[in-house]
Amino acid sequence: MKPVIEVENLVKKFGNFVANDSLTFSVFPGEIFGFLGANGAGKTTTIKILCGLSSPTSGKVSVAGFDVYRQSEQIKRNIGYMSQKFSLYEDLSINENFQFYGGIYGLSRKEIRERTKTLLSRLDFLKAQNEVLRNIPQGWKQKLAFSVAVMHQPKVVFLDEPTGGVDPITRRQFWELIYEQAHNGTTIFVTTHYMDEAEYCGRVSIMVDGRIEALDSPKVLKNQFAVNSMNEVFVKLARATK
Amino acid sequence: MNTEMAISATAISKFYQDKKALDNLSFEIMKGSLFGFIGPDGAGKTSLFRILNSLLIPDEGKANILGFDTVKDYRQIRRIIGYMPGKFSLYQDLTVEENLKFFAGIFNSTISKNYHLIEDIYNHIEPFKNRKAGQLSGGMKQKLALSCALIHKPEVLILDEPTTGVDAVSRGEFWEMLQKLKSQNITILVSTPYMDEASLCDEVALMQEGKIMQRATPEKIIEAFEQTLWSVQSDNMFKLLSHLNDLPEIKLAYRSGDHICFIPEMLTFEEKKLLDHLEKIGHQSLHIRQIEPTIEDSFIFHMQSQN
Amino acid sequence: MKGFVIKEFLHIFRDFRTLLILFGMPIAQVLLFGFAITNEINHASIAVFDKARDSKSLELQQKLTASGYFDINMQLDNTKAIEKAFRSGKVKEVVVIPPQFGKTLDLGQQTTIQLINDASDPNTANLISSYTSAILRDFAADANPQSTLLPVATETTMLYNPELKGVFMFVPGTITVLLMLVSAMMTSISIAREKEMGTMEVLLISPLKPYQIILGKVLPYVVFSFVNASVILLMAYTIFEMPVNGSLMLLLAETLLFILMALAMGLFISTVSNSQQTAMLLSMFALMLPTILLSGFVFPVENMPLALQWLSHIMPSKWFIIIVKSIMLKGLGIAYIWQETLIILAMAVIFILLSIKKFEVRLNLK
Repeated sequence: MKPVIEVENLVKKFGNFVANDSLTFSVFPGEIFGFLGANGAGKTTTIKILCGLSSPTSGKVSVAGFDVYRQSEQIKRNIGYMSQKFSLYEDLSINENFQFYGGIYGLSRKEIRERTKTLLSRLDFLKAQNEVLRNIPQGWKQKLAFSVAVMHQPKVVFLDEPTGGVDPITRRQFWELIYEQAHNGTTIFVTTHYMDEAEYCGRVSIMVDGRIEALDSPKVLKNQFAVNSMNEVFVKLARATK
Repeated sequence: MNTEMAISATAISKFYQDKKALDNLSFEIMKGSLFGFIGPDGAGKTSLFRILNSLLIPDEGKANILGFDTVKDYRQIRRIIGYMPGKFSLYQDLTVEENLKFFAGIFNSTISKNYHLIEDIYNHIEPFKNRKAGQLSGGMKQKLALSCALIHKPEVLILDEPTTGVDAVSRGEFWEMLQKLKSQNITILVSTPYMDEASLCDEVALMQEGKIMQRATPEKIIEAFEQTLWSVQSDNMFKLLSHLNDLPEIKLAYRSGDHICFIPEMLTFEEKKLLDHLEKIGHQSLHIRQIEPTIEDSFIFHMQSQN
Repeated sequence: MKGFVIKEFLHIFRDFRTLLILFGMPIAQVLLFGFAITNEINHASIAVFDKARDSKSLELQQKLTASGYFDINMQLDNTKAIEKAFRSGKVKEVVVIPPQFGKTLDLGQQTTIQLINDASDPNTANLISSYTSAILRDFAADANPQSTLLPVATETTMLYNPELKGVFMFVPGTITVLLMLVSAMMTSISIAREKEMGTMEVLLISPLKPYQIILGKVLPYVVFSFVNASVILLMAYTIFEMPVNGSLMLLLAETLLFILMALAMGLFISTVSNSQQTAMLLSMFALMLPTILLSGFVFPVENMPLALQWLSHIMPSKWFIIIVKSIMLKGLGIAYIWQETLIILAMAVIFILLSIKKFEVRLNLK
């Protein structure tokens, strides 16, 4: 299978500071890829590069078959993005938010209408579609933001700490959504500080000080470090460098 | 541990327009304890903390800290508490040291006066003391913010979600610091959306929609979980969950790390029967065992049974 | 308190861009206004309505053109044509020479030449008319060297803007606008920023009293605004030779008073806005625009509709502009401007009281 994200010797420097030190990894279609690391390890830098928002200092990077140096516009059209910080417009209704984002990606009005309906009925939100976002509980908003991010049927979705501050039940419902989306062939690239969520990923990379120190399925990693949980794997790796 | 009360609240309610943020809360917190308010965003933790630190006036009920009323005696209260707001981000354009100096100054203190209190924490960030606060990583910022909240030697420390968005290692370090502070007889109130942090508190209150669902020591909360909790794994976890949810003898099933947790109907559940059924519909490498519940399991069960 | 002030200064100095705007803008504005106003007269086109048509009047016309300042582009032959000439926009001035000009001069009697100017551009109008007057005086002196009495008097009529408001207005006006901007806008934004960043919660929780927080916020801006005002005054004095006829001390004291008033307004704005954006917009619309439009800086108050004239009375900037002009240009002392001073003082007190009252020791959440 041809990878959706291909990264080879990616280096990103800010002055003398090396934020990404020779990263190499591939992510395959329909995979849920956990991108873990401590605060300041360089995750955000990598995500920005993969989304076409920033150029690498050196190395080969392609996303959805497009080169990040030359084809960042095509990349942006083929990816979705959602983070805890970026969410929907609080003063617009659910419907208006969908219309707006659908419009950004050039969907026709018919497409917007149909997809909004499908996505909302999947969340069981059809009744609330004219509700203004401000009046909606936080957990719902997160799910809506995810639906908006996949509305234009991107090949890859980047989720940057999508579940921060969300209650444990909504968190699990959110992951159900992720599974379903991945099952339909969308590649999921996700960061999280919840280590139990790391277990839900197909493969996980752990970044420490700009380098990827481990990359494999949670099961293999736990065996490799002889521990019972991803939390312990993470702490072992991150502490080792301090 | 002494038995004096540091904080007591009676029938506190708070409304924002027609929305009820806090619903008739009453509780007492002992001096010198590390007390956790656990709950998701929007549960009312921030509103509660702002009432306790005198920044908000409750619509109903009253609260006092060390005998001072949070409305009437707000001046005294502000002298004895340290507070770290949720979105507190310090002055991004000032350096680490300038931030600390400033906060010491406004509380009529100096860095050297209470250095012993913050020494352990400040050690971690001192090498970067000439760096601007905006350039620190999330974990470091939290440590600096904690130092700033501690610099005037408060008797009660109120920390609103100090570990949100902070990585697992820094979170661990942060909690170690809190344990040390507790040993200096500082009462600490902390809120968090991370359930795993609950077990590090002396006592916790599980909050949801402005109410306290349960309040006890972490051990007691787990004891009070009068359900048997099982864990199961198979080669297809995604399908396994939906299969379990279809079964009438399963009350509740959800993912938890690398396995699926479920709570069976005690009367009709048989382990063997379930395994046979799952094997029949195509699951392989099945593992099933009874496990000890955690605070998170308890929280999920409470939330689910309320809906 | 001391720590607070130090911190504020650090904020200001760390933000290089704002600093540049704070100090660069006054200089740029003064230069801009200054040079736009002192443009030289060079071949200005004028018209002559010569009722005499004798050798003396022709001589006069030659003298006007020979100066190089004027081009006579039109000869008019009736009074109606004057209005028409101005409306066409082709002339800046009409010189009306009375009948029997030469004869009257020869008799040694006095005669009057009328100068009519398009004063919709007051500065140019003023310059042109004074240049013309100078040439006429010169001409008269030549015509009758013995006489101590000037035989040619000029009678100047300014069309459209009779009193030539706007000359030397730019310095008082610029000082006022900039003080408003720096004082009110910067304080209101800096307080709103603390609210936005969540640091305000910690300040409130500290034992600092409201007045300490307010003073700590305000003091650095008093200093900045004062330095700014001094720079503008100095530039006006050295580069554009704007006189300070009255007492410099009085001028500086009045400036300080106005700064305090502006800061109090800024504080008040910050107490009612929760974000930097709101603070910015409020300052823009509530302070800046009225200051520019209603204070008489750009448009003379006398020419406004009555309702706006009335509104301009509650603009502190209007009173401050009067004060500055009185001191700088007319050289008046406090005895003549105590009323205006009192008005600004009262406004300052009102806003300070309002903001202390509105400055809450608690959070105001809805």
